[in-house]
Formats: sequence, structure tokens, C-alpha cells
Amino acid sequence: MAKAIEVTGLTKYYQGLVAVDSISFDVNAGEVFGFLGPNGAGKTTTIRMLTGLSKPTAGSARVLDCDIATEIVKAKKEFGVVPEQSNMYDELSGLENLIFMGQLYGIPRLERRARAEELLKTFGLFERKDSKFAAYSRGMKRALTIAAALVHKPRLLFLDEPTVGLDVVAARSLRAIIKQLKASGITVFLTTHYLEEADILCDRIALLVKGKIVAIDSPAGLKAIAEEEPALEVSFKTPLPHAAGELGRRLQGLEVVKLDGRIRIHGGDTDIVLRAILGYAGENGTQVASATSVRPSLEDAFIKLTGLSPAVMLAEKGGR
Amino acid sequence: MWYENLRGIYHIALKDMKTYYFKPPAISWGIVFPVAWILAFYLRNPRNFEELVPGLVAMTVLFSTTAMEVVVINFELRIGSLERLLLAPVSLSGILIGKILGGTIFGLMITAVITLASVVSLGLSSVHIIYLLLILLPSLLVFSSLGALLCVLVKEVFEAQTLANLPRFLMVFLCGVFVPISTLPPVLKQISYALPLTYTVDGIRQSFGSAGDIAIAIDILVLVALIPILIFPATKLLARRFV
Repeated sequence: MAKAIEVTGLTKYYQGLVAVDSISFDVNAGEVFGFLGPNGAGKTTTIRMLTGLSKPTAGSARVLDCDIATEIVKAKKEFGVVPEQSNMYDELSGLENLIFMGQLYGIPRLERRARAEELLKTFGLFERKDSKFAAYSRGMKRALTIAAALVHKPRLLFLDEPTVGLDVVAARSLRAIIKQLKASGITVFLTTHYLEEADILCDRIALLVKGKIVAIDSPAGLKAIAEEEPALEVSFKTPLPHAAGELGRRLQGLEVVKLDGRIRIHGGDTDIVLRAILGYAGENGTQVASATSVRPSLEDAFIKLTGLSPAVMLAEKGGR
Repeated sequence: MWYENLRGIYHIALKDMKTYYFKPPAISWGIVFPVAWILAFYLRNPRNFEELVPGLVAMTVLFSTTAMEVVVINFELRIGSLERLLLAPVSLSGILIGKILGGTIFGLMITAVITLASVVSLGLSSVHIIYLLLILLPSLLVFSSLGALLCVLVKEVFEAQTLANLPRFLMVFLCGVFVPISTLPPVLKQISYALPLTYTVDGIRQSFGSAGDIAIAIDILVLVALIPILIFPATKLLARRFV
């Protein structure tokens, strides 16, 4: 399969501190590749190196078959970048911003206006095409920033935290657009804090922690890592505050976790576990309200592989 | 590559003209300030106003080019839009030259208006147009480049504006705008020859038919030589923001 990005031992130090620690990975042409990790993991630094905004301390990378050290300007003609910050020109209207981008990429005059208007329609901004960027809402600014990255019809799109700060509706709309981009054959390199976003959108995900890649796989593959042991989630009709501790004592060797109104038991023979739960409920004069075999989520895989809580990542970004 | 850079330089200059120039800060520093200053000297001694015209034109060149040039790069770095330019197929030096060209074109337009108004209103007839253009064009590029260099020397917009006032006022007083260099004490005279506005004022004065202190060819050569001398370190300093 053709590679859109090939990274070998890419490393970045800032003032003696490692930001990206010898990472290696490939991105296949046409796939949505997710870079998932907390703040400071090195996601944005990696994008900056791959797009020529920052020089690697060590290692090499090829983007669309161009060496980023020597052929970055050539590569820039073929990729688009949506930075975390919506950084279009406040003083220009939406249409003027897109036309200016078209000028920088050498799109002929008539074609660039048509392309700009087409993108404004695609992103639902056509009615506001003559409004200044400064007057746009946060969601509209984000949409225009993405549209600007698509003016020259890139083969590869870097999206750095595309939905941060967007409301639920705008974020959902943006995800639909990312799916459309993939369907049209564009390779997407996506960094995100949001596990569900990565799960929905990405063909493969790299988990990045403290500058190192701890795992690369499909969402299903990552979940399978967490699925080594079966898990059962139960709730009781009457709350039993000591249930987790008591069941943990009765089911020696199994991990029993108290959740919000539920208890999760990892591992063990399902028949033995169920009998122990039913017995415990009966002894305490109540019944089992629900018992569900739990399929691991990407969140479970993330916790298992990184040792980090997804809540920490969301809190860092004031997440949804 | 060179073609993409040229295209980028052209469109960045046009965009800067549209977004930054002909706005209140550029107008006040680029036009009102030199005119007000010259007016003050005119009111003091109206009979010799013709002698002040080269200084008026030179000050217009200095202030119109540097007014926004000392601001735009740091401003765009702060809001992130300079990165937007860097993500396009244009080199960093191309982006910087585009910004310098924007200031140069604005300066040229303002200077042309001030020069024409002065020539017509005072009925000056001995203006050597070719000499004037040969002095003005490199001067505009020099002071626009100086503005860019002063801008990238510091990180904040207000720091650059403050920093820019030092060389600007030093040049206004030492470069023959109001006081002939020949009347300056020897030490100040040496300093004045190290400042680019000296060559601009001297060249404009000769273009207006007056005697100069330096051969006009030297004025032009010094100004042309200063352009890369200012652009090169500005490019290096800007590149350091993206290590």
C-alpha cells in the first residue's frame, strides 16, 4: 500500500527537554490516522515537524514522498494543514481569505473564486461569505480554517485538534466532513484528545505519551488488547454500598471495580461470577437489576496502554 | 520554487496593503507625523520652506515604510496567521520580502503624494525625476527592511514600536533633515554617515537641484547595499522563531 507519511526515529528536543522521542510510524494513503494523547504528549510538535514549521532534532520523515528536510516546499503544494488555532485573517471576509489562500497556491483567478465559493457552500458559510472573519462564531472560524486548508485540493490533510472548543452540533458536523474527505480519497492525519472521536473517525490510531508511541493499531485492535479478560457489569435493585469490597473478597484473584451505580468484575469464569453475585444479592435481600457482558471501549484500551485517565485529557482541554 | 516565491511575495504584499495599510495607525505615523513636524518648522521660518522639502520627503519615506512594518510580523506571529503563510508553498525569506514589499508600496504611494504636492504647490521646476526614483526606490526598501528587522528583534508589538523610535528620531536629527550635516560636530557627523537616512536626504536634495555632501551614485550604492544587509539578519531572526 502506498504511504502518505513515513516517519523514522523522529525526535525533537526543546531546551534539553524531549518533546518527541524517536517515534516511527507510517500512514497509508487514503486512511484516517489518529494521533491520540494528552497535552504535552508531542502531537502538535510532530505535526509541526511534518509540515515544516519546526526542524527535527534527529530522525527523518517523508511526506507524500518528499523529504521534509529538503523538499518541504514541494510537499506543501500537496498537503493542507488545519492548526489548532483558527488563524485566518480577521480583516478579510471569508471569501477573501479563501481567495488569498488560492492565490498563494497559484490557482488561476476564475478557478480560485469558484473553488472558494464551492468550499463556502460545503461548510455552510456561503451566506456569510462577505462577513469579516473576525465576525464569525468559533464554529464558523473553525470551518473556514478547514476550508482554507482544502482550497488547493490537497492529497493529505493534517488536522490538529479540529473539534476543540466546538459545540456538540458543530463537532458532529465537522466529523461528517472528515468522513467525506476520507471517502473522497484524502489521507487525514488527525490529532485529538477525544477518544470517541478517534474511535469513530480513524482507521488506525497511535497512542502517544510523553513523546513516545506506546501503541499503533486499528480501534478494534486496540480494544482487543483490553479484551484479554472478559468483564461483567452488574447493578442491584437496591444500592449495596459495600458490594465491591465484599464481592472482591469472595471472588479472590479477580479485579472488582466500583463504578457509578454499578460494579465491574474483570476475568474469572462467568458461571462462578454470576452465582457469587446472585448469592450476594439474595443474602442482602435484593435482586440483580442488570448484568451485562462488557465489551472494552477505546477508553479501556487507552487506560490499559497509557496508564492515564481520559478524564485528565478532557480536563486539560476543557472538553465536552 | 523561485516562481512560487515570487507569486507568494506579490500576493502577500497585496494582502498586507489591504489588511494593514491605509488604516489609522499607518496613516497617522506615515503621513500626519512627518507633515506636522515639517509644518512646525515652516511656521517658524516660512521663507526657507523649499529647503525643507527634501527633508519632508525623506521623513515621509522613513515613517510611511516603518509605521506598520515594525508591527505586522509580530502581530501575525501572535495571532498565528504567519504560520498560515508558512504552510503555503512559499519560503520564509519570500514571506519576509512580501511583507517588506507591502511596506515599500505603501511608502511609495504616500511619498509620491507628498512629493507631488510639494513640487506643485511650491512650483519647484528643477526636479531630476530619474535621480529621485533611483534614490526613493532603494530608500523605501531600506526603511521597510529596517522596520522588519526591528520587528523581529523583539517578540511583542509594543516593544517593536518603542524600539523603532530610537533609530527613527536619531535619524531625523542627525541625517540632515533639518540641520545640514556639515554643521554637525565631528563625532555626530561620523554617526550620521552610518545612518541610511543621510544618503536618502542627500540624494533627494541633489534630485531637487541642490548641492549634496556625497556623490549621488554613492548615495544610491550605499542604499542598495543596505537592502540585503538588513534583510539577511531579519530572515535569520525570524527563522529562529520556528526551530
